[in-house]
Amino acid sequence: MEQALHYLNVGTAMFLLVGMALLLGRLLSGPTLYDRILAVNSFGTKTVLFLCVFSLIIGRQDGVDIGILYALMNFIATIAVLKFFRYSALDVSMNYKRGNRGGRDRS
Amino acid sequence: MNGDLLHILQFVISAVLMAGGIFFVIAGAVGVLRLPDFYTRMHAAGMTDTLGAEMILLGLIVQAGLSQTSLKLALIAFLLFLTSPTATHAVIGAAHHAGLKPKLGKYRALAPGEEPLAKSKAKAQAKSKVKSARKSRAKKRVK
Repeated sequence: MEQALHYLNVGTAMFLLVGMALLLGRLLSGPTLYDRILAVNSFGTKTVLFLCVFSLIIGRQDGVDIGILYALMNFIATIAVLKFFRYSALDVSMNYKRGNRGGRDRS
Repeated sequence: MNGDLLHILQFVISAVLMAGGIFFVIAGAVGVLRLPDFYTRMHAAGMTDTLGAEMILLGLIVQAGLSQTSLKLALIAFLLFLTSPTATHAVIGAAHHAGLKPKLGKYRALAPGEEPLAKSKAKAQAKSKVKSARKSRAKKRVK
């Protein structure tokens, strides 16, 4: 039964790699910036899954900790990149006025 | 004997969950690769990402049993459940704010009783439709 679970995990990891390769295609050929961000975000989620499956395959549980870290960093990186491309800066406070494009003061 | 049955049950539940998760993951990836414009791609990626990740992680939890590892896996599942839809929402919001337009006019649902056109004919029709839409928009701007 251990062997069967092992094969199940290996198959899952391979299919996850296939999905990641497909997303890599969109990342390289995305016509807009947002397509690329979407592909990177999705790729990160699949990386977390792959880390979890892989750490169970090799029988070491350290990979799951790295997976937690990667899940958090992936989210924060996505938000940071989006904020950077929206305001062209990262030090904009979150209580900006709505409809103030570019986030700069109009006065 | 009883232990054997439990192991088989564990394997079956885990296999079903992980197969479902893989289905959603691959479907999302194919959708992201093949759909025509950004918003439809986001639609494919956002939901399948969340559900596929949850199902694969649940399958791993069933495998790991009652242990520290399964607690950590549950924590990852919880974090992904919160952050994945939020990131999707943020990306769409940013694209909308930046003025990215969805692709309209080329694809539409069939009216009730309408036959689907041949491919070349449908293409020509869509082109003329887009052109006329552009013209009317230009007219409005002039006014």
